[in-house]
Amino acid sequence: MIELLQRLGANTRASFTKLGRATNFLLLAVIGVLSVLPRPHLLVNQLYSVGVLSFLIITISGLFVGMVLGLQGYYVLSDFGAEGRLGFMVAASLVRELGPVVSALLFAGRAGSALTAEIGLMKATEQLSGMEMMAIDPIKRIISPRLLAGLISMPLLAALFSTVGVVGGQIVGIGLLGVDNGAFWSQMQADLDFQDDILNGVIKSIVFGFVATWIALFEGYDAIPTSEGVSRATTRTVVNSAFSILGLDFILTALMFGEN
Amino acid sequence: MLKLLRLNKISRHHNELSLTSMVLVIQNTQFSFGYTKNLLSMDNSVSPQNSLVSVHNLSFSRGSKKIFDDVSLEFERGKITAIMGPSGTGKTTLLKLIGGQLMPSKGSVIVDGQDVHKLRRNELFNLRKRMGMLFQSGALLTDMSVYDNVAFPLREHTHLPESMIRTVVLMKLQAVGLRGARDLMPNELSGGMARRVALARAIALDPMMIMYDEPFTGQDPISMGALAHLIKSLNNIMGLTSIIVSHDVHETSLIADYIYVLSEGKVVGQGTPKEIQQSSSEWVQQFMTGAADGPVHFHYPAKDYLDDLLSIGKRY
Repeated sequence: MIELLQRLGANTRASFTKLGRATNFLLLAVIGVLSVLPRPHLLVNQLYSVGVLSFLIITISGLFVGMVLGLQGYYVLSDFGAEGRLGFMVAASLVRELGPVVSALLFAGRAGSALTAEIGLMKATEQLSGMEMMAIDPIKRIISPRLLAGLISMPLLAALFSTVGVVGGQIVGIGLLGVDNGAFWSQMQADLDFQDDILNGVIKSIVFGFVATWIALFEGYDAIPTSEGVSRATTRTVVNSAFSILGLDFILTALMFGEN
Repeated sequence: MLKLLRLNKISRHHNELSLTSMVLVIQNTQFSFGYTKNLLSMDNSVSPQNSLVSVHNLSFSRGSKKIFDDVSLEFERGKITAIMGPSGTGKTTLLKLIGGQLMPSKGSVIVDGQDVHKLRRNELFNLRKRMGMLFQSGALLTDMSVYDNVAFPLREHTHLPESMIRTVVLMKLQAVGLRGARDLMPNELSGGMARRVALARAIALDPMMIMYDEPFTGQDPISMGALAHLIKSLNNIMGLTSIIVSHDVHETSLIADYIYVLSEGKVVGQGTPKEIQQSSSEWVQQFMTGAADGPVHFHYPAKDYLDDLLSIGKRY
């Protein structure tokens, strides 16, 4: 029993120490962003590997999620003869929830794991240490551009996901199930609120992008520099990002939509 | 002009290095003439006045294990000083302490008159620009070509135009004999080549000193010889101060001017390679001749063998 308590105490302490290290790391990385701004090529390279390379997975997933939403929504709404609301339903679910959340989960799996593995391996092969000895701060040179790239890419990817999703819903709803074209689009246009729906969705995706990138970068930087250490860090990135994204989504949704 | 002539003379002495390296020497005079001058007027005594790096009463522990216990070392300007000792004696840790990547629990490290561990971050970084380090693995950036790796510190620290960076990079690569490999990626290089590229990168900013972490480990005889030759000639031509951490007795003895032998956190022997060879210390003799048993036991500490065999012991 005492051993259990001891272990609990040790684990709690270790978690808080890690959280402290992560916060310190984040502060340094955020300060480092200032030195990235005058050197845009560093950012552009990362935007490509973090953002552009995630394009395909986000587009395809968005399309299928939209198509499924169209199908399921139609079955439910047609019972009430409200097929005309399909456009609004698909768009609202995508913009408010599925767009930011699913694209953030995909982002953590696709870009986050790659970031952790890359940085963990750079650490294992002494590249980070080597940079420090060349008087180059690895946080400024390696971490900050990636953090900024994640922060910029994520809302754009979420927007892409939602847009493609709406197209998917339209293909199924209008193309296959015969929902009225005018009703589909006009109801979407009339009922979707810019501030309540779209802006809140964008805020969510920025928060998720920030957290997912932070976790990925920190896990890589903090990884034990062996092959096993890097593989564990990569797993932790995906698991912790998923938990954080879903947990934060609940909190943000409660804050944003709670009053209505 | 006289200085240049004297430098050329040195360069001719090392006629293996080509004309471009002579240009390299001339170019170096602008950046590091102070050290070159030192090379020309060096004497053989090890005195703190002539030391570039001084380690005073250094202690360092990792967890409960004491890695260094009150160690004092002097690294003379313009010389190659080797630190030898068996694996696990903290030789790499010593280089990290000198480079300011680790903090000692006691003692100080003075590099070119500055206490490394009392410097502020930007002062430390300024000092590091004048310290090259060659990691065991080379530590090349794997997403860049050989050319970009050597250009990396120049691009980060200077505002030189690309045309000038190209000239410097090609000179440095020529000095290590890999000008023709400039377009290769690090994963296309052999271990020895990777270390030579890393060496070119380490000398890109014309440092005053270079620290070599196990430069000979895992090398075939030819690349080992090439590296030893390169370390020696770079040290002499560029007027560097070199610190080599190694357990390759033969190669290191050939090029080192002074050797420290470390064991269990203490200096157990020091002197010129000749003095070390003739050392009366049992420990140093065991290390230099590679005897399996001696002061360093073959067996990890254990209880009596017979008792151990006859006892029931815990189940595995």
